[in-house]
Amino acid sequence: MSDIVSRVAPPPPSTGDKAKFYGLWIAAAVLLIVLPKIFTSQASFTTFSLIGISIIFALSYNILLGQTGMLSFGHAVYYGLGGFLAIHAINIIGAHKWAIPLPVVPLIGGITGLVFAMLLGWVSTQRSGTAFAMISLGVAELVASSALILRTFFGGEGGVSANRTKLFRLFDWSFGPQIQIYYLVAAWTLICMIAMYALTRTPWGRMCNAVRDNPERVQFVGYDPHVVRYIAFCFAGFFAGIAGALAAINFEIANSAYLGAVQSGTVLFSTYIGGVGFFIGPVVGAIFVTLLSLGLSDLTSVWQLYFGLFFILVVAFAPGGITGLLMMHRPLIRGGTLGKVIPSYLVAIVPTLALLIGLMLGIECIVHHTMNATEDPNIKAFGIPFNAASPLTWGIAAILIVGGGFVARMTWKRVAVAWDDALTAARAKEMA
Amino acid sequence: MLELIVISTLNGVLFGMLLFLMASGLTVIFSMLGVLNFAHASFYMLGAFFGYQISRWVGFWPALLIAPILAGAIGAAVERYGLRRVHRNGHVAELLFTFGLAFAIEEIVQIIWGKSPLDFRVPDILDFPAFTVFSTNYPAYKMFMLLVSVAIFVGLLLVLKRTRIGLIVQAALTHPHMVGHLGHNVGRVFMLVFGVGTALAAVAGVIAGPALVTQSNMAGLLGPILFVVVVVGGLGSLPGAFIASLLIGLLQTFAVSMNGSLSEIFGPLSPAWASTWVSDIWNVTVAQIAPIMPYLLLVLILIFRPMGLLGTRET
Repeated sequence: MSDIVSRVAPPPPSTGDKAKFYGLWIAAAVLLIVLPKIFTSQASFTTFSLIGISIIFALSYNILLGQTGMLSFGHAVYYGLGGFLAIHAINIIGAHKWAIPLPVVPLIGGITGLVFAMLLGWVSTQRSGTAFAMISLGVAELVASSALILRTFFGGEGGVSANRTKLFRLFDWSFGPQIQIYYLVAAWTLICMIAMYALTRTPWGRMCNAVRDNPERVQFVGYDPHVVRYIAFCFAGFFAGIAGALAAINFEIANSAYLGAVQSGTVLFSTYIGGVGFFIGPVVGAIFVTLLSLGLSDLTSVWQLYFGLFFILVVAFAPGGITGLLMMHRPLIRGGTLGKVIPSYLVAIVPTLALLIGLMLGIECIVHHTMNATEDPNIKAFGIPFNAASPLTWGIAAILIVGGGFVARMTWKRVAVAWDDALTAARAKEMA
Repeated sequence: MLELIVISTLNGVLFGMLLFLMASGLTVIFSMLGVLNFAHASFYMLGAFFGYQISRWVGFWPALLIAPILAGAIGAAVERYGLRRVHRNGHVAELLFTFGLAFAIEEIVQIIWGKSPLDFRVPDILDFPAFTVFSTNYPAYKMFMLLVSVAIFVGLLLVLKRTRIGLIVQAALTHPHMVGHLGHNVGRVFMLVFGVGTALAAVAGVIAGPALVTQSNMAGLLGPILFVVVVVGGLGSLPGAFIASLLIGLLQTFAVSMNGSLSEIFGPLSPAWASTWVSDIWNVTVAQIAPIMPYLLLVLILIFRPMGLLGTRET
């Protein structure tokens, strides 16, 4: 008997692996504590808080998309409802002077998310794939439109606001200053990350992956894919609710935009751009997209267009997202053949950059031409000044796009060849 | 009352036929390519904006022809150079690709034409009341819209039932792989179907543009309703899409014209709790909840008939 077990079960992790694993989490905790000591401005505290909220939200979304293979267009419903309930909870607790401190409030949001996911999830998760995607969209529209009708609860267009500092205080933390909110968000981010990672390691978490890859087989094994999907949906709703409550605490307001299609789209973008194939993917995506949306809006007026185009590029060329791209190199690093692809990367990057710069130049010129043609043609985009009306700029853009595109095609073919060589060499080394 | 019923029925059928112009393309594309084109409503929007621009240059009638052809060409190019590439990454990637595309198209339209509504006018030749039903003038342009959509519906039906291409499309609705095995150039058929489907949506856009509002958010407003139509009718079922289009068209139009609310019906009771937090539900009129009617219908259908009205396929 023990013989079979030892053959089938994976070997228990070595002490080194264990140390590495726990070391990683401890490092994350230390990083979260130290971060505000390094970046000390108020603006960076706000940014970090937004990133933390976005990480929880994106990870909760990945329970659906990455782990269970359900593409949802309406995840913001649970985020938004969590936010609204949290705001109402703060108001009620404050009015009655109950002894409930603010750090517990996100749990109220989480439970709200869970309850609504339990209510709406059963019909939504009956089918997966495209049908689920459309249903999630319909349910999201239903809730978002209802929010504008039920004005007493959702506050109409203005939303509902609250004062987070009026609550019962623990250790004399008023949660007025942003730094205290940062630590609150950081603590919840760490807790949620650990909880969601632990979930992926449970037998149920593994069944989710099975449902994603082959629901028919799951039925043969004796599980109901619908139930597995439903549980995944509930957990995702729970963590989304926590994220929404944290957002509501951060802004001290909840409005109908929390529930809307834009919010659902953003979390989808973050998760997919980061990469759905790995646990760390949504974390990377959340950090990346939050920084991008905060930073790009200062650089160019049409940042959302760049954002959409970038997303299309990721879907078309890097379906694994950023982490997927990075993880692709792991076998090469292990095999020690990474050096073989780097030269071809360096060659390819030049025409690719030229192509991108040409595209940006072209877009900025067109934007200037159509949106504010009467204004001064000497515009500034991405911090670089140029004349958007001169034929020279248009010509340079055209040359960069056509020439860069042509050369980039050739160089990327070379990258593919070099990549194959390197991978074969790495595999051969592993075999030997 | 009778007046209301007649006018609402006309408007409802009109809206339903417009929905079906789009839903038919969406359904055929879904059945053949297995991908629900999230950007379908964006092509409807492109149709309206192209129609507006071309009608300013050369007039409405050429625009009615050129705009759909342009939008259809863009659609075909999207299939050929975008979707076909993404196809190997799976259906989720395809759906996300069209999602990103919808996002990008909306941004581009906003850059070119701005965010405010355009002055897309009904052509002079159709700018008169067609007939008067009980003191209400019914505009001729709406009759024209109805005529165009019915004509296209009949044309589509003839093409599907009477031509070889229609035969292939019909076969591909139920057995897409078998069609490929029989030696048809599936790639070209896909491109053609995608192009025609998006062109149909653009036709809907051109004729709806002057009657409804031509604005950069029109795709975002109509898109979700379109998906509700497809799901309620049953994914991949053309007759289902037809019934669902009319159903939702009528449902929404009738709801808009009704004023009843719970407080009106049960007003005399006026219980004490009616003024508490339920007052929203108590006082809301049917007209106000008209926008959420399609989604309510969706949830009901999902509970009682998960595969849609006439759907047979599970996904």
